[in-house]
Amino acid sequence: MLTGSLLLLAIFLFPIWKIILVAPQYPSGVTMLIYLNKIGGTEPGTLQNINILNHYVGMKSIEPDSIPELTYFPFIIHALCLIGIIISFLNKKYLYLGFAALLVLLASLGVYDFYLWEYEYGHSLSPDAPIKVPGASFQPPLIGKKDIINFTAYSLPETGVYLYGATIIAALSSWWLTRKK
Amino acid sequence: MKRMLNFLVRGGLWTLLVGGLLFTSCNQPTNNQQAGMLGSDVASAVYVPPGQHDEFYAFMSGGFSGQIGVHGLPSGRLLRIIPVFSVDAEKGYGFNEETKAMLNTSHGFIPWDDSHHPELSQTNGETDGRWIFINGNNTPRLARIDLTTFETAEIIEIPNSGGNHSSPFTTENTEYVVAGTRFGVPFPQQDVPINSYAENFKGTLTFVKVEEDGTMDIAFQVLLPAFDYDLAHSGKGKSHGWTFFTTYNTEEQNTLLEVKASQNDKDFIAAVNWKKAEEYIAAGNFEEMETQYMRNYYDEKTHMAYSETKTKVKILTPENCPGLVYFLPTPKSPHGVDVDPTGEYIVGNGKLSSDLTVHSFSKMMTAIENESFEDEVAGVPVLKFEEVVAGVVKDAGLGPLHTEFDDRGNAYTSFFITSEVVKWKVGTWEVLDKASTFYSVGHIMIPGGDSKKPEGKYLVALNKITKDRYLPTGPELCHSAQLYDISGDKMKLLMDFPTQGEPHYAQGISAGRVKPNVKKFYPIEENEHPFRAMGEKDARVERDGNDVHVYMTTIRSHFAPDNIEGVKVGDNVYFHVTNLEQDWDVPHGFSVMGANNAELLIMGGQTETLLWQPKKVGVYPFYCTDFCSALHQEMQGYIRVSGAGANVDLAWGLGETAP
Repeated sequence: MLTGSLLLLAIFLFPIWKIILVAPQYPSGVTMLIYLNKIGGTEPGTLQNINILNHYVGMKSIEPDSIPELTYFPFIIHALCLIGIIISFLNKKYLYLGFAALLVLLASLGVYDFYLWEYEYGHSLSPDAPIKVPGASFQPPLIGKKDIINFTAYSLPETGVYLYGATIIAALSSWWLTRKK
Repeated sequence: MKRMLNFLVRGGLWTLLVGGLLFTSCNQPTNNQQAGMLGSDVASAVYVPPGQHDEFYAFMSGGFSGQIGVHGLPSGRLLRIIPVFSVDAEKGYGFNEETKAMLNTSHGFIPWDDSHHPELSQTNGETDGRWIFINGNNTPRLARIDLTTFETAEIIEIPNSGGNHSSPFTTENTEYVVAGTRFGVPFPQQDVPINSYAENFKGTLTFVKVEEDGTMDIAFQVLLPAFDYDLAHSGKGKSHGWTFFTTYNTEEQNTLLEVKASQNDKDFIAAVNWKKAEEYIAAGNFEEMETQYMRNYYDEKTHMAYSETKTKVKILTPENCPGLVYFLPTPKSPHGVDVDPTGEYIVGNGKLSSDLTVHSFSKMMTAIENESFEDEVAGVPVLKFEEVVAGVVKDAGLGPLHTEFDDRGNAYTSFFITSEVVKWKVGTWEVLDKASTFYSVGHIMIPGGDSKKPEGKYLVALNKITKDRYLPTGPELCHSAQLYDISGDKMKLLMDFPTQGEPHYAQGISAGRVKPNVKKFYPIEENEHPFRAMGEKDARVERDGNDVHVYMTTIRSHFAPDNIEGVKVGDNVYFHVTNLEQDWDVPHGFSVMGANNAELLIMGGQTETLLWQPKKVGVYPFYCTDFCSALHQEMQGYIRVSGAGANVDLAWGLGETAP
């Protein structure tokens, strides 16, 4: 369980989610990587290139500085890590189960928050957009694949999510091992 | 009558068609050779499916275009033209303020040259894909092209030279590239009667040192008689440390050379021991000579070329440096000199002969040891012909020019007069195969064919005469190249393709040695151009007397600023355009009405400058020339030009901020 908590810290090193845009002129795709505390890509210019694409249809520019989650998500993860460490010393089965439940709850909130941002970017379009496509939605999929005009967008969890999942499994295993006490 | 004719014609067609079908169906499954004659397997041999890449890069010299054409093999597709010695309006090369310095020489700005021999850099005798060098023949120069950007990185002028033809021809680890003069010139240059040739004229062989980062500098020049030093190749393996130069006009004539320089039965191959030269230089056994030449280099961080003037060269003379140079007698004005992959055989392609003379490096070393000299010319021992010759390829054709090698012990020689490539066995000197070329082949190229590790799959013949090979285009035609499959016993012609300029030599390399290192754009954060604008926030216009500096940015799909006022007739307007794009293949162009130079074509992360000198009052548009995006046509702006004495303030902007 101690290891499980420390795994949470490793999330900082890896992206948690990725969105890949593929079109004929982008044969190897444009891959945006979302980290706990920043937004980047597989290339240094990825975010700029996505914003250039988005501006044609009037989508808002993605400015990491204007996304508060990138600031407070790291605090939540630090806090969870601390709680996990304390629980692993207290070694109480209900605390383990409770911790697992907390992790799942926060993850669900996180995914919902991600959906809200996607909705926001996909729907609040500038009335001055050079290209207006009637009825088109530019909201990327929450998870999976979706065609957005000339692009195919893929949205997939990354290493960070798997590390978070491993922590949940660690909490549940600890509960399982301690449940006969 | 008409119906009858119609019937006959149709009947005839049917017969032909059915006959053709029978012919193909009988032969195709059983005999590949027949299928080849029908073209199907030949077509598939050069077919590179859409979206796939060629196996080799081929770098073809542009000859009188002064540039390098980059093709893919086996498809022959043209991939890029690299501007080297000639201005290129399309790319702004030599027109924008940054690259003008690349073409500086001691004779001033030279907008054109004649580029003959590309030569890839080597490590351990193998092509390594770092750089390609090429000679400028007319105003003697040597260029280095960086193969991460496919741009000219450096050009160095060669002093005391009258035509840089026997160049660049690298040593095994690119220690040196060489530059032998084709034309004898007064030494030093001076006002003397032309007919004092034999007395006042000299020939120099220049060794240019190449540093680890590619920087070139002249290490030394070997001073020799005023022969015409035609071509060269450096030794490899056992002959590493030597460079061989062919000569003609050993008669030292200065008029009607076609007759007068073809009299001697034998001319020479000059063998230069450059390791010995290094010893003499280290020992201080040289004369330092005052001269003037320029070195120009491009800085990838400032995106700008710089020139420096050099004033000294070290001269080595055979009289003072015994063992530095030997002459190997070689019949009939030898043109190419080619060293086989083992380094043992030195092929002299006697262009006015039907034979090829092959010298042996080991025999040469023994002859030097035994002092088997038949003569001495200008302090240079002439080795006895019979003591150095290894063999003769007899009656192979007429007019041998150049030889390349495969990795199976075979050599391939081009014959200009009989218009063919002849394959022969190194060591036994027997002729194995002949293939016609269309027409009058000059150089030939096998990827790695002049290195220690040839990749003997394809041979390209670079021809001098085109005539009827393609759809006619008036009196002037593209030069033609032919691709042969040389993997089997017999050479097989696969296809023809046109090339740009007049290709002389070419080099080929496995794509895998170049492709992984190729850059896609320049990182904007590394841009150190003094007039860069790192973002639209930096975009502005500044006046400094009559000079107006526009710090402009481009990003899909607008210029910043795109409205400029306050410029006056008589101003020098410098448009410093920084392309903010950080994606592959998103260059922006910049052109402004009435510009007396050319356009700019700016790669991602780069800054380039166009000087514009408005002559008439008015409002002039400027626009992006490279179709960059769906809103490319909207990528435009205006600059207002007022009268010289007008009172219009300098103002600029974009959208909301436009004046």
